[in-house]
Amino acid sequence: MEKSTLFVDDEKLLKDKGYDDHFHEHHHDEDPYQSNFITKYIFSMDHKMIAKQFLLTGMFWAIIGAAMSVIFRLQLGFPAESLTWLKPLLGKWIVVNSQGVGHLSTEFYYAMVTMHGTIIVFFVLTAGLSGTFSNLLIPLQIGARDMASPLLNMMSYWFFFLASVVMFISLFVSTGPFSGGWVAYPPLSALPQAMSGSGTGMTLWLISLTLFVVSVLLGGLNYVTTVLNLRTKGMSMWRLPLTIWSFFITAIIGLLSFPVLVAGFLLLMADRSLGTSFYLSEIFINGHALDNVGGSPVLYQHLFWFLGHPEVYIIILPAMGIVSEVMSTHARKPIFGYKAMVISIASIAFLSFLVWAHHMFVSGMNPFIANFFTIFTLIIAVPSAVKVFNWISTLYKGNLTLNTPMLFAIGFVSMFISGGLTGLYLGNSAIDIQMHDTYFVVAHFHIVMGVAAFFGMFAGVYHWFPKMFGRFMNETLGKIHFWGTMLTAYLIFWPMHYMGLAGVPRRYYKFDVFDTFSQFSELNKFITVMAIIAFFVQLVFVTNFFHSMFFGKKVRSKNPWKSTTLEWTTPILPGHGNWPGKLPTVQRWAYDYGKDGFDFIPQIQPKLDGETSAVH
Amino acid sequence: MTRVMTDIHGQNMERRSRIHPHKLALWIGLASIMMMFVALTSAYLVKKGGGEWLDFEVPQIFYFNAFVLIFSSVLLQASYVGFKRGHEKTYKYGLAGAFVLGIVFVILQYKGWQALYDLGIYLSGNPSGSFLYIISGLHALHVIGGIVALLVALIFAFRLRFVPTKRRRNRFELVIHYWHFMGFLWLYLLIFLFSI
Repeated sequence: MEKSTLFVDDEKLLKDKGYDDHFHEHHHDEDPYQSNFITKYIFSMDHKMIAKQFLLTGMFWAIIGAAMSVIFRLQLGFPAESLTWLKPLLGKWIVVNSQGVGHLSTEFYYAMVTMHGTIIVFFVLTAGLSGTFSNLLIPLQIGARDMASPLLNMMSYWFFFLASVVMFISLFVSTGPFSGGWVAYPPLSALPQAMSGSGTGMTLWLISLTLFVVSVLLGGLNYVTTVLNLRTKGMSMWRLPLTIWSFFITAIIGLLSFPVLVAGFLLLMADRSLGTSFYLSEIFINGHALDNVGGSPVLYQHLFWFLGHPEVYIIILPAMGIVSEVMSTHARKPIFGYKAMVISIASIAFLSFLVWAHHMFVSGMNPFIANFFTIFTLIIAVPSAVKVFNWISTLYKGNLTLNTPMLFAIGFVSMFISGGLTGLYLGNSAIDIQMHDTYFVVAHFHIVMGVAAFFGMFAGVYHWFPKMFGRFMNETLGKIHFWGTMLTAYLIFWPMHYMGLAGVPRRYYKFDVFDTFSQFSELNKFITVMAIIAFFVQLVFVTNFFHSMFFGKKVRSKNPWKSTTLEWTTPILPGHGNWPGKLPTVQRWAYDYGKDGFDFIPQIQPKLDGETSAVH
Repeated sequence: MTRVMTDIHGQNMERRSRIHPHKLALWIGLASIMMMFVALTSAYLVKKGGGEWLDFEVPQIFYFNAFVLIFSSVLLQASYVGFKRGHEKTYKYGLAGAFVLGIVFVILQYKGWQALYDLGIYLSGNPSGSFLYIISGLHALHVIGGIVALLVALIFAFRLRFVPTKRRRNRFELVIHYWHFMGFLWLYLLIFLFSI
């Protein structure tokens, strides 16, 4: 059946049905939020500008984090090649021997691996993803003028910025950045003399991440309060777009889990500087016995993973929300199983607090306790499968527009399935004991939360770029970016499963002394080449992003994607306060696509004459 | 008659009276603080169960101090009742009393740490003692934050003309909720650190 386009005069609807909160009366000529360059672009309290600040800082870190992975992949793929040509960039970290052959120093290799993890997990996929889209979309999609506390919101960004500065400085310390793994297990993190990065590098790491937690908490406080308090009239919780549901629940998880990390850090700092023994017991280092007695490094692992596991959902849930929204819009179909989606997000969030010890199956824990964690871990497969089923059902018989945001949304589902299935292996303690700390784990989490979350982020950037900058990103470059990333991501991480099954341990500097693993040297080369290509494909995205920001095709209408949600009822480039006049009121849920023969019916549209089925 | 806006179900679309956003934000913040202490007390229990644990008699002053904080909360509540009923003196002096007792609490905690030290329990000794110092120290830091909030409230109370507006009441309630939470937190910690 041919769908007709409903003529929606949103100006008139806003005027007739809108809610007058006397916004424009507060400021007359000058807008105190955007009166000069500094308050508009730097210390801005406008949520849209803060979102862009989070995005740009996240992109900066993503490039650094990805470049680091290229550097350590060079070591893994080509251990015999000379890296002397990197000496101008890396200086003393390239050790040149008497024959003039340069190698990456082992300390620096570990530092790169550690920083790659820290940066991508926290700075890119937490701050860059959740920070960007929660800030941009929460007020716009719930019909609010701004966040509940614009000041806290601004502070949230600047704490992140400070954390970034401290972490960036740590990259240039003469003893190197922290190098004991992104999880910072003691004793490597607790004893400054343990390795060269454990001194100043680790101190800066701890300061940076503590500042980062403050940023997450301030941001989360704002997101939760805003969603609960500032929804416009008619926007009941069950009418919220799935993006908002996912940001809301993500913020709650963050608020409950990050303080636990702080508690763990606090004890770690005490062990480092005050001489306590929370995590230390009976340690010999450099031939000397330390007098620390009574502590336990496993205690740190418990505290770390109590954050660490919810953290992976802090990363993936916003991506899931974005994908649901983007997919529904570009499939011109309501999202399948809206309530099931919300309930799955909530149950994933709840379960995320009960499974932390599945990261610790080899820590010597009681196997009977491991059973408990195995069962809850496997139960997470249920809500995850519900979500996957719903996405595929949304695509089924949809009128798909295969533009870049949609491709990334579909790519997300592919990655989430591939990576999720290996989660079933690793969640079983019996199999995990064999697979633990092998490349199988590396493959699993890179696909399911690394690449998948990046795909969600890309879908979001391509989809909401018009709202951010009033221009479109280039479609051709976007498609090159998508296919390049999709192919290289699979070609990098798929082979790692086989390496992991063969027992190749992760984090090792080189494998040429192990006969067992020599069969993988060609594969390692292949992976490295793919990683380099993947890196350059991302530069296509960066170029596209900045070029389109200034020279992209201009957005001519308010609702270029013909979407139902409220952000598309604002002016093309909304000013402070988002809606120049009245606030929109919400008359229906966010997914009326293809209903009653209409292509889409926006949320501000009251019940139409002759509208047959129920209005949600 | 005022026209009430309705949505398509005929439901009233006027804003429901929701909890004040600042108060909600405070409560969520308190939940975060609670999680941090729950983490520390769980770590305490796990470590205690793990052996190599030094048991010792906890100085009485830490118990006594709970009453100081509770009494401070009672005075603050009285001050709040005074504020609502327009009794300016109850409001001002109740607040001042709560503030002074808050400072007394921190001083007595310091005495408690000194008593611990005299017992031979040092920060850098067995984790059983280290936990006590770290957890009570972290709690004291949060109490000091509350004292600063009380000081601001006190300056408002004595410098501004006594006009119990809704705005001022909201602001005052934020301080009160935080302060009561500090008392509750110390009781919770006492149960963990000394009774279990």
